[in-house]
Amino acid sequence: MSEPGPVKPNEPPRTRDRVAEGLRRRYMKERAFRLLGLAALLFGLGFLAIFFVTLVSNGASALLQTRILLDVELDPEVIDPEGRRDAVALETANYQQLIRDALNRLFPDVTERSERRALYRLLSPAADLEVRELVLANPALIGETRSLWLLADDDVDMLIKGNIDRDVPESERRLSDAQIGWIDALLDEGRIERKLNRYFFTSGDSRDPELAGIFGATVGSFFMLLVTLVLSFPLGVATAVYLEEFAPRNRWTDLIEVNINNLAAVPSIVFGLLGLALFINAFGLPRSAPLVGGLVLTLMTLPVIIIASRAALKAVPPSIREAALGIGASKMQTVLHHVLPLALPGMLTGTIIGMARALGESAPLLMIGMVAFIVDIPESPLDPATALPVQIFLWADSPERAFVERTSAAILVLLAFLVVMNGIAILLRKRFERRY
Amino acid sequence: MRADSSLFVRAGRKAGRAAGRRTARARRRGLAAAALLAAVVTAAQGQTARDYISIVGSSTVYPFATVVAERFGRATRFKTPKIEATGSGGGIKLFCNGIGVRHPDIVNSSRRIKPSEIENCRRHGVDDIVEIVIGYDGIVLATSRKAPPMSLTLPQVYLALAKRVPDPSGAGRLVPNPYRTWADIDPSLPAARIEVLGPPPTSGTRDAFLELAMEGGCDAFEPIRALDPGERLAACHTIREDGGYIEAGENDNLIVQKLDANPSAVGIFGYSFMDQNGDRVRPIAIDGIEPTFDSIADGRYPIARPLYFYVKKAHVGVIPGIEGYLREFISESAAGDFGYLSELGLVPLRDRERLRMLERVETLEPLTLSALAP
Repeated sequence: MSEPGPVKPNEPPRTRDRVAEGLRRRYMKERAFRLLGLAALLFGLGFLAIFFVTLVSNGASALLQTRILLDVELDPEVIDPEGRRDAVALETANYQQLIRDALNRLFPDVTERSERRALYRLLSPAADLEVRELVLANPALIGETRSLWLLADDDVDMLIKGNIDRDVPESERRLSDAQIGWIDALLDEGRIERKLNRYFFTSGDSRDPELAGIFGATVGSFFMLLVTLVLSFPLGVATAVYLEEFAPRNRWTDLIEVNINNLAAVPSIVFGLLGLALFINAFGLPRSAPLVGGLVLTLMTLPVIIIASRAALKAVPPSIREAALGIGASKMQTVLHHVLPLALPGMLTGTIIGMARALGESAPLLMIGMVAFIVDIPESPLDPATALPVQIFLWADSPERAFVERTSAAILVLLAFLVVMNGIAILLRKRFERRY
Repeated sequence: MRADSSLFVRAGRKAGRAAGRRTARARRRGLAAAALLAAVVTAAQGQTARDYISIVGSSTVYPFATVVAERFGRATRFKTPKIEATGSGGGIKLFCNGIGVRHPDIVNSSRRIKPSEIENCRRHGVDDIVEIVIGYDGIVLATSRKAPPMSLTLPQVYLALAKRVPDPSGAGRLVPNPYRTWADIDPSLPAARIEVLGPPPTSGTRDAFLELAMEGGCDAFEPIRALDPGERLAACHTIREDGGYIEAGENDNLIVQKLDANPSAVGIFGYSFMDQNGDRVRPIAIDGIEPTFDSIADGRYPIARPLYFYVKKAHVGVIPGIEGYLREFISESAAGDFGYLSELGLVPLRDRERLRMLERVETLEPLTLSALAP
């Protein structure tokens, strides 16, 4: 590259000089443009990071649950005073009394009635369920004294996790000074520990935060997605194959195409209203059932699957069809033996993305009664159930402080499911996609 | 119903035939889809019995009803009742839609049922409804703990939140709300901008707030008492729309969190949220009375209302467990003075009232229209 010579005043500037002059500015503009794009990306990533950090920092503590170590005497006098040892007696025994006795032995100087009530409140009202489980599983233990890690109340849990402020005046706290004193005493003896919160993963909804879990909602979501998949995948693929491979191109098919694209953009609450009017009011299907939820989500997912499947079919080059027809395959053989297998990965990707959207949907479920308090784990698609996003909504609306962390944890679980589903979609595309 | 499903199969077959012109495979698929749908529909209709209680209604009663339902499910051999939070109005509509397993057995309500709703019920064959009062709920106005304590009177609440208020110059007509800060209303109040976070119009809490606080406050003004009843109601019940009142959604937790972030704002929510978040928000005394269990139960705190649920008498004895659920709800250990519902912030009934409700649970004496007359 030669240095441009000094420009003579009278000579008109040559093109390459003008270019050289503007070059620096052009590079700068390009850099600025690239930086702008990068900044937009970082902006988005920043918010995503804030979202995840908040969720993880709020939700991680829900994985652990405070438990209190008590020496529970499985007193035969309390459990089964008549000594019959039959199932009814063991099931209905007053296990709460055993826990109270254990607490009384730990704090013998708490004698006043109201103080004792406050002391008993340190433990979850459901702590006795675990003792009951233990005795029912092994009645031979009756008479022994066992050291058990029992479920603490949600207020105790919040204090241990630092979510209740000790410094505010006593009247404004959920725990009294005396209760905090007992908790500190238990802490000094090493009788309070945080253990894995198994209820969160194994139980249904509950109004006691320490017992509330997402398993019921997960099963509900599973049944719903199952119904959706079984109905929407074959229907969607069949529609796409017909429209793409068999249907004549005319005004009717154009109209159908416009309508399908339109349906894909209809707000999901509208499908909920349709489901209420059609499936519940007209067909008489039960409210709150995952079957109805699945049917509604099918309506919502169908257009997405049809559009993705048609795109996948379009991507199969015509040469493949022509070659098959050329060597004597029928139209149906061409489609079933050659086109469909090549288009299937694309169709599956579209289906999985449609299902992921259906999994995160809560608005249409509102209309068909799936926003409900349901404790029992659903056993079939006709049992009342709720879904993961709905469970998140319900917990976010609960007054108890301990539901805050559970809401975040449930969001993390939902996100994990979505990431896995989208990951499978990407994997399928990577492994089976063909380029021509 | 049978006709429905056979129609469906026929339509499916027709669809199957149309496709069959192309391929046999498509016809088989069409038939399979129709058969599947028909199977689904008949299977659902075959399910004639329901073995759990179905409850709908108010989101204010929801936190209390769910706890009772859970205890009931745990302590008895019955299934745990299913509870939907649909709002009082929506719940009563569902409840009144008919008799039978498809319709809910109980509706929770944060206000009393209206005569028009009872008539709607009767039109659909729901004749005998049993009314149970479960306790009281106070509506609390509160600020963040970071803000200085505040005290308001009902007329001040009205002046701060109404769309049109009596002319401050005393001309006796209504003018668009001129008050921007609390100090504009009364110099003794803080000079902060009026910013109130409250429930949206779909909420029963909002209805009760309008009725108890706004109506109670506006009657203090002569120009409003002079209006005819319809105009008076409109003047009392219309909330300002210029940004002084912010609809914060049905989520009371969100209001508490927003107050924490914005100490100059005032929030409106149910007493149970006050009870749970006493370390973050501080109640505003109304007419000099702070909302507490005692002041709400004995009626001194002015913005308090009873909470109800309604039971379909025709379903009692058909759907298993209803009697037990009712008894559990009104029992000493739940709705009594030191019951577990009071720990959740429900202000309990006085003993005499509770015993009356207990008697009603046993006799299932239905509600009459005349009992609703004011």
